[in-house]
Amino acid sequence: MWELVLKGIFSALFVASVLRISTPLILPALGGLISELSGATNIALEGIMLVAAFTGVVISAYTQNVWLGVIAGILSGVLVAAFLAYFHLYLGADLFLSGIAINIMATGGTIFLLYVLTGDKGSSSTLASKAVPVVNIPVVKDIPVVGTILSGHNIFTYLAFILTWLVSVYLYRTPQGVHLRAVGENPEAAASLGLNVRRIRLGALLLSGVLASLGGLNLSMAYLTLFQREMTAGRGFIALAAVFLGGRTPWGTLIAAILFGFFDALSNQLGSLAIPSQWVQMIPYAATVLALVVYSVRQRAQAIERARRFQEKHLAETHAAGD
Amino acid sequence: MAALVEMDNIVKIYPNGVVANDGVSFSVERGEIHALVGENGAGKTTLMKILYGEERPTSGVIRINGNSVHFHSPQDAIRLGIGMVHQNFMQIPSLTVAENIVLGKEPTRRGLLDRKAAIQITEELSRQYGLKVDPEATIESVNVGMRQRVEILKILYRGAQILILDEPTAVLTPQETTELFKSIRTLVKQGKTVIFITHKLREVKEISDRVTVMRGGRVMGTLLTHEATREGLARMMVGRDVFLEVSKPPQVRGEKVLEVCDLTYVSETGRQVLRGVSFNVYAGEILGVAGVEGNGQTELVEVLTGLRPATGGEARVLGTPILNRTPRAVRLAGVAHIPEDRLTNGLALQATINENLIVDRYFRPPFRRGWFIDNNEVRRHGQQLIEIFDIRTPGGEVPVASLSGGNMQKVILAREFSSQPQLLIAAQPTRGVDVGATEFIREQLVEQRNRGTAVLLVSADLAEVMSLSDRLVVMYEGQITGVFPEAAKATEEEIGYYMLGVKRQSPEEMEAYL
Repeated sequence: MWELVLKGIFSALFVASVLRISTPLILPALGGLISELSGATNIALEGIMLVAAFTGVVISAYTQNVWLGVIAGILSGVLVAAFLAYFHLYLGADLFLSGIAINIMATGGTIFLLYVLTGDKGSSSTLASKAVPVVNIPVVKDIPVVGTILSGHNIFTYLAFILTWLVSVYLYRTPQGVHLRAVGENPEAAASLGLNVRRIRLGALLLSGVLASLGGLNLSMAYLTLFQREMTAGRGFIALAAVFLGGRTPWGTLIAAILFGFFDALSNQLGSLAIPSQWVQMIPYAATVLALVVYSVRQRAQAIERARRFQEKHLAETHAAGD
Repeated sequence: MAALVEMDNIVKIYPNGVVANDGVSFSVERGEIHALVGENGAGKTTLMKILYGEERPTSGVIRINGNSVHFHSPQDAIRLGIGMVHQNFMQIPSLTVAENIVLGKEPTRRGLLDRKAAIQITEELSRQYGLKVDPEATIESVNVGMRQRVEILKILYRGAQILILDEPTAVLTPQETTELFKSIRTLVKQGKTVIFITHKLREVKEISDRVTVMRGGRVMGTLLTHEATREGLARMMVGRDVFLEVSKPPQVRGEKVLEVCDLTYVSETGRQVLRGVSFNVYAGEILGVAGVEGNGQTELVEVLTGLRPATGGEARVLGTPILNRTPRAVRLAGVAHIPEDRLTNGLALQATINENLIVDRYFRPPFRRGWFIDNNEVRRHGQQLIEIFDIRTPGGEVPVASLSGGNMQKVILAREFSSQPQLLIAAQPTRGVDVGATEFIREQLVEQRNRGTAVLLVSADLAEVMSLSDRLVVMYEGQITGVFPEAAKATEEEIGYYMLGVKRQSPEEMEAYL
């Protein structure tokens, strides 16, 4: 029985599934990262994903055009992010509370509209929604193992990796990215140099809205091809956890998101075992908590180690000076 | 020719009704170093914020080169060549020195940040004005002196011709101050104009060409520096004769009250902040701790008062161990604490004066009666302390937040002095209070000492520690690097070398005097 699981994990198909499952974590996590670094953490990633997932499905079903669905999904997510930005940045509402309110509203709102449009409160299976294309990379797809892992994913998966690189360039190599980080770290100093703190944070929140929307669309137009109630299942929050676990850097965030994706994929594999499914479904979430604990313990240990080395070095210097 | 800067009849009334500037006229000539002095709350920073476009005057005219100007933001002022270095540096810790200097006005190449150009710009500016910095170091890794130079370079990069420096020496050692003054002279030689805000009269004499004295939102006069005396300036600032030197009777040293042995503290981020600190404080003496801020003084005080856990070592007050105890246990052992950060650790701002005066004793009689607090007693107690310590307030039932800074400090003093401590730990007790209140606080510290209290005084104001202390130690990078058994006999220069880590005494040399 366990052999089956192990065999499953050490297969190219499993690695491919990790990448596929990580995608809807990587994309919102990048959005979370940008907003976090700007000093206005986007708590509403979850809600934005949900709204975008829903809108993409509905519009693609009614227009029968997948790209119109994607664009509408992104716009709807950005609109939700704009609401959050407006409440927080312009009306002075608490970021956390506004974010939570938006998440709750998104859950209820999507179910309500789903019912209005389809008469079903569970899923959009009666709508003929579209799926984004899958990319088969020429040549690569024919290489054994590598082809299975790298080729045949939907465009969002490739986009997730490309965007990680782009976000990294944006944050560290462009003046705008440096401004964004400056605003997050010391808004007063940034303002004193003529940077518009509010506008930069607005930009960061809208950008995080785009990225979270892509994550949501990935769920309903690629991973599955329908909308289900509460289909984000906490991914928006796990994405935020990935930001911190990844040390607030793009590549760190990517790796953390893939780590969570791995546990998610693992729980799928274990689904075939005679373990109560609730336990199996718990794995990704428990892993998140565990990873965050391990991370903070490790950071502490590193800090103490640094202190010890510093002290030794200093003692050596003092002795040298004394001699 | 018109003066470079002319501020004419400036009035600034804040929305809460405070009149910060009451018809101030102030002018600066091209190429001069102009000192602006006054007590805290005299309105000098407000005046300069108006000149820098951070505040808008209620009325009055500003002319630059004879042309009347209206600033809506600092950007407008910067465009006309006015730059200001604030007391709290406006920097991004995780960015490098060069990135901070060019921030908001970056050199780019094909849309990307051009780091090489940024470093080159920094090096050129640095060379031109003799302000030494390390362009590639991150701000969080460099010392205060360099951070200040970065701040000056930053405004020079933006084309400042007129530099406003707001109390630039407050955080510097004597040697760093000398360096800064050298740079200021270089700047002026290259055609810049400097406005120097300070309340240290010695510096006024040393660096400035002219000096303008402010008091209570008005200008008391502008003098040529070489014609002014320190005493005369002090009288103009305060409005009466001030005793700059503290007089205190000879010390009567009593028993050992505080005993600190090999104290260490590692911060949450793993920085070794205190590295084996040992000293004693005796009844009837003031032990001063000098040092550049950030060398562990703050943490020393917080560890000794129970606000932070110690990593190792021992500390006893009259034999009772006080490390890693709750602040209440430490206080019950006979320790009083005037904290460095009054607003955070010293007062509950929304609570009333009366309540703030009993926070360390409400749980004991006479304030506690059974399960309740005796409010009559609390009021009586508050009334009494308000009178003794001359706290200017309509009554004891107003929130502390409504008081001025000096009066807030008096609330803390009233509480701490009236607890009849064995050991009084005072951290930066006169920071941010005006000359009048400073005089009062210093007298009170000496009074406590005369009554036989052991006093541990931590202050970044070197002149203050030197004049108040009986004995003095210097902290550098978390260690005591020098001890001066007779504080009055040391010189500022000598102590400065220890503060900078240039000189240090060996443990054997110090042992007898700690």
